[in-house]
Amino acid sequence: MQLARSTSLAARIALGVAVLLCGFLTQSAADPTFPLLTGRVVDDAGILSPATRERLVAMLAQEEQKTGNQVVVVTLKSLQGDTIEDYGYQLGRHWGIGQKGKDNGAILLIAPNDRRVRIEVGYGLEGQLTDAQSRIIIERAILPAFRRGDYDAGVLAGTAAILDVLGGVQVTQAVPAEHGGGPVPAGLLIWLAFLVFFVLIRGFLWPLFFLPMGPWGGRGGFYGGSGFGGGFSGGGFSGGGGSFGGGGASGGW
Amino acid sequence: MSRRSSFIRAAGRGVLFALVGLILTGCGVNDVPRQDEAVKAAWSQVLNQYQRRADLIPNLVETVKGYAQQEQRVLTEVTEARAKATQTTIALPPDVLNNPQAFHQFEQSQATLTGALSRLLAVTEAYPDLKSNQNFLALQSQLEGTENRIAVARRDYIQAVQTYNTTLRTIPGRWIAAWLYPDAKVKETFTIPDQATQVPQVKF
Repeated sequence: MQLARSTSLAARIALGVAVLLCGFLTQSAADPTFPLLTGRVVDDAGILSPATRERLVAMLAQEEQKTGNQVVVVTLKSLQGDTIEDYGYQLGRHWGIGQKGKDNGAILLIAPNDRRVRIEVGYGLEGQLTDAQSRIIIERAILPAFRRGDYDAGVLAGTAAILDVLGGVQVTQAVPAEHGGGPVPAGLLIWLAFLVFFVLIRGFLWPLFFLPMGPWGGRGGFYGGSGFGGGFSGGGFSGGGGSFGGGGASGGW
Repeated sequence: MSRRSSFIRAAGRGVLFALVGLILTGCGVNDVPRQDEAVKAAWSQVLNQYQRRADLIPNLVETVKGYAQQEQRVLTEVTEARAKATQTTIALPPDVLNNPQAFHQFEQSQATLTGALSRLLAVTEAYPDLKSNQNFLALQSQLEGTENRIAVARRDYIQAVQTYNTTLRTIPGRWIAAWLYPDAKVKETFTIPDQATQVPQVKF
């Protein structure tokens, strides 16, 4: 009798431990692994040139300095079997892009091996960087260059367009969802030229002329701006604790 | 002498209470109400995103109608499913999270709407003019974004309920709830999988 009771207790404890372990195991299996947030541009897939990275960092740092919006660019080796939509919001939450409470973060996410791109928008920016605007940016500014294999141009144009939209400029030209190969329309070329011009102005010339000693200079690596929301510590870059709810748009090529 | 000893006893009791309080807070005496609030917040987010989808539909239906009049059946289906879903949402009882019947009715009506909408978007593929319409493209991307937000909100809700229910059903949460929160009940969660997981498989 005594023996039976003690074995049943032992069985129960074993069951409890097993259930607990089981919970831990499924938990860790469900969460994808994320790259380290090493800066405003995390080129995990290694598709961007150093010059592009530098320019992007300057543009993004300036945006944060000006408006507080945290925008980061990420390239991924693999989506680990997830959809880019699933991966994107979890990555945003994991890193905490955007200020806590304001949730004013956005991520330009590129998975070149899965041929997917996504603009993930934090709760606080959904009103400005709407799904429709994100979609237009992807279709107009990013995908044409990606289809040519020019990641640098696509990412630069896309980032510039995101910052424009956050600054209040609306990108209105819509195109058919799929326009495969074929000749590039003249309007698109003009638009791209305009974007490249903007990229130059925003990312390169501004810091050069107006803020030669600025903390976000294009050549000095990565320095924190004003310290808000605990977003910056020391000289590194980290998220401010913003959250994401699945806003934005995706595209593939 | 006896006065002094009673003072010591009172002080000892005070320290004991403080200690017990600290230990209880440490081992999660507030877990049940805190997680209950988290579940409620996640649920309002779910409702909010479904509402957002419902708000997009009339405009979408109007736009599609302008180009694809002959798709009357699918259009009607969407409109009716939307009306049904809205009606179910309005009629939700306050205890919906503990009421399996009401909860699954809500879930079912939203799933029907999801199905009708995806059929509508599928038939629009056949209309190039519609697909290049700027208004339609904007609506379509908003709808896609909203479906994605719904998926995220549902997942957050499922997670919040899982945490809450686990607390209620495991020790020590179970004892704490029985002792301090006798009203706390295990909550309902979604059972119909997301549309995303139901994508038909192409077989060769």
